[in-house]
Amino acid sequence: MEANSSNQEWDLEIKPHDTVFNLHLRDVWNYRDLLWLLVRRDFVSFYKQTILGPVWFFIQPIFTTIVFTFVFGNLAKISTNGAPQPLFYMAGIVSWSYFADCLTKTSTVFRDNSAIFGKVYFPRLIMPLSIVFSNLIKFAVQFILFIILMVYYLIQGNNIEPNWYILLFPVIMLLMAILGLGLGLIITALTTKYRDLAFVVTFGIQLAMYATPVIYPLSYLQEKYRIIIALNPMCGLIETFRYGFLGTGQFYPGAFIYSIIASLTIFIIGLVVFNKVEKNFVDTI
Amino acid sequence: MSDIAIKVENLSKAYQLGDFSTGTISRDIDRWWARIRGKEDPFLKIGEANDRAIKGTSNIVWSLKDINLEIKQGDAIGIIGRNGAGKSTLLKVLSRITSPTQGNIKIKGRVASLLEVGTGFHPELSGRENIYLNGAILGMRKKEIARKFDEIVDFSGVERYIDTPVKRYSSGMYVRLAFAVAAYLESETLIVDEVLAVGDIEFQKKCLGKMNDVSKGEGRTVLFVSHNMGSILQLCNECILLDQGRVEKIGLPEDVVKDYYNKSVNQVSLFSGKESDIYIKQLFTCNSENEETSNFSHSEDINLRIVIGINNYDPIQNIGLALLTRDKRRVFTVNKALSEFYKAGDTEIIVDFSIAGGLIAPMNYSFLIALNTRTGLITYDMQDDICPVTVFDNGTEFAFAEGMDYGCIIVKDKWKRINS
Repeated sequence: MEANSSNQEWDLEIKPHDTVFNLHLRDVWNYRDLLWLLVRRDFVSFYKQTILGPVWFFIQPIFTTIVFTFVFGNLAKISTNGAPQPLFYMAGIVSWSYFADCLTKTSTVFRDNSAIFGKVYFPRLIMPLSIVFSNLIKFAVQFILFIILMVYYLIQGNNIEPNWYILLFPVIMLLMAILGLGLGLIITALTTKYRDLAFVVTFGIQLAMYATPVIYPLSYLQEKYRIIIALNPMCGLIETFRYGFLGTGQFYPGAFIYSIIASLTIFIIGLVVFNKVEKNFVDTI
Repeated sequence: MSDIAIKVENLSKAYQLGDFSTGTISRDIDRWWARIRGKEDPFLKIGEANDRAIKGTSNIVWSLKDINLEIKQGDAIGIIGRNGAGKSTLLKVLSRITSPTQGNIKIKGRVASLLEVGTGFHPELSGRENIYLNGAILGMRKKEIARKFDEIVDFSGVERYIDTPVKRYSSGMYVRLAFAVAAYLESETLIVDEVLAVGDIEFQKKCLGKMNDVSKGEGRTVLFVSHNMGSILQLCNECILLDQGRVEKIGLPEDVVKDYYNKSVNQVSLFSGKESDIYIKQLFTCNSENEETSNFSHSEDINLRIVIGINNYDPIQNIGLALLTRDKRRVFTVNKALSEFYKAGDTEIIVDFSIAGGLIAPMNYSFLIALNTRTGLITYDMQDDICPVTVFDNGTEFAFAEGMDYGCIIVKDKWKRINS
């Protein structure tokens, strides 16, 4: 009996401290059904009791594009490297808002879900992941809008040349997702104790758009500013996205490789920090 | 069946009281620095036991302290204790919602915890969608839920509304659906916190029955926190009493519940200094072992010991006694002539009045005692609303309805069919 009990195999061991890199990814995999159900929940609850339903996904990029075209294109007369202005802005808006949504929504994930996290265990990472996937649906809808607009300009015979760099599109999406997620995870982990960061995010994300080539091309900047802006990992991603689809401007290999490295690094840091905080955040939030 | 399903070793959990804002950064840096140098965390050293009534000097409290437990597979364990004894913290640590400060827990098999019904229910979604969502949150796979879907709906009894958003449900329906999902979890261990305090009596009974099936029928381990002693006694084969974060007692539910009651209320006695012809000197309730107590199980005799001082004996003197409910209504009244006990020359008479066990329904009561003449013409001495007693449920057929008013006595009822 004694020997029997000491040789028992345990399925789970709960300890005060775990190794930093034990990310419980197997757990996350076991809960994959929950991930899809949460994505579904977000999508369904978004348009329940609305008349227009998923059409609302279109309205934001359309109106933003119109306003940007008017303000930045017609009033400020910022160059678009020869691309049609609405298309140029929409490319920026659609991809930027995917990143921004991933970041802002994941950055409050502990606070928004403290009620449910405090009552039941499931791998916490499921929640931010579901946000990333929910936003991907929204992005897909908006992306269709962008493609329609692009096809329209192609038929019109405008100066746009989609090229092979378009194949980098899935990579760009993945990088934007993990960059937004990684930053969001770091911020939500820090805001469990110090709420200050949450305030920074809400207006910071708006300002960050201007530090990213969304409404202007990178080539429009003077050389000395270009380096500074290129330090923003989103810069290489948006530039490459636009170059692939519109063929205007140019591809910056250095900026793109830098974006890959920066995104991966931030993502891994985010995972580790989140994983460390998730175990006890219930006590402090 | 003697395999250990959960092993808890030296488990402790510290909480920080008060605010987390100013000063936290510097304190965090202090703690971090101590860790770097391999020293003990300076803020855990000064921790103290968790007694919410006493204002402590430190703002670290130990909500759990050095808990050691071995829970065998298939056991149904009740966890009881006062508010703040650490029951919920223990469940939270066991279900991985928060991690321990020290010690560790080893678990065999899947653990499902039900600390709240309807966690993650989304008001906009229909009952059907919420069953899937809630099931997945509790750790079920989608096809597992699909397989049990009909049973879940059947158990909840809300078939008609299954495609209606749950925000239109009555609170009772909501709870029924939520519990039904949890009831069909397939895990080796089920952790349940005080969730039965919701829903109507019929449904509570159904829930208890289901939990009984889970532990006795399916051989799964159940951990159950409740303030409802009747349910604990009915459901569990072992009981843990927690006090200030420590395990006070582990054992058979009857013994542990008794201990808990004896601990929770101070014994009552009364001294009266009246100097009339006859007067009440002392009153207290005691059990059949002559121990002073104010807590009795339903099946136990309740004894009231009455010490009467006599200055001037008269054969018309009488003891009148009534048992009062909490709202001061009489359950019954009895009279006893003092002459039945009196022997010439007595200056003090000690008598015991007993109510046989198995009659008084679990509830709180008190006594009214009067020394008077049989007709009530003269009252020598009287004590109203004295000697409070608690009758607790040790597994009556009304255990599921504990705390509700189903009368003051439980009768030995007889039924017979007359027509053939």
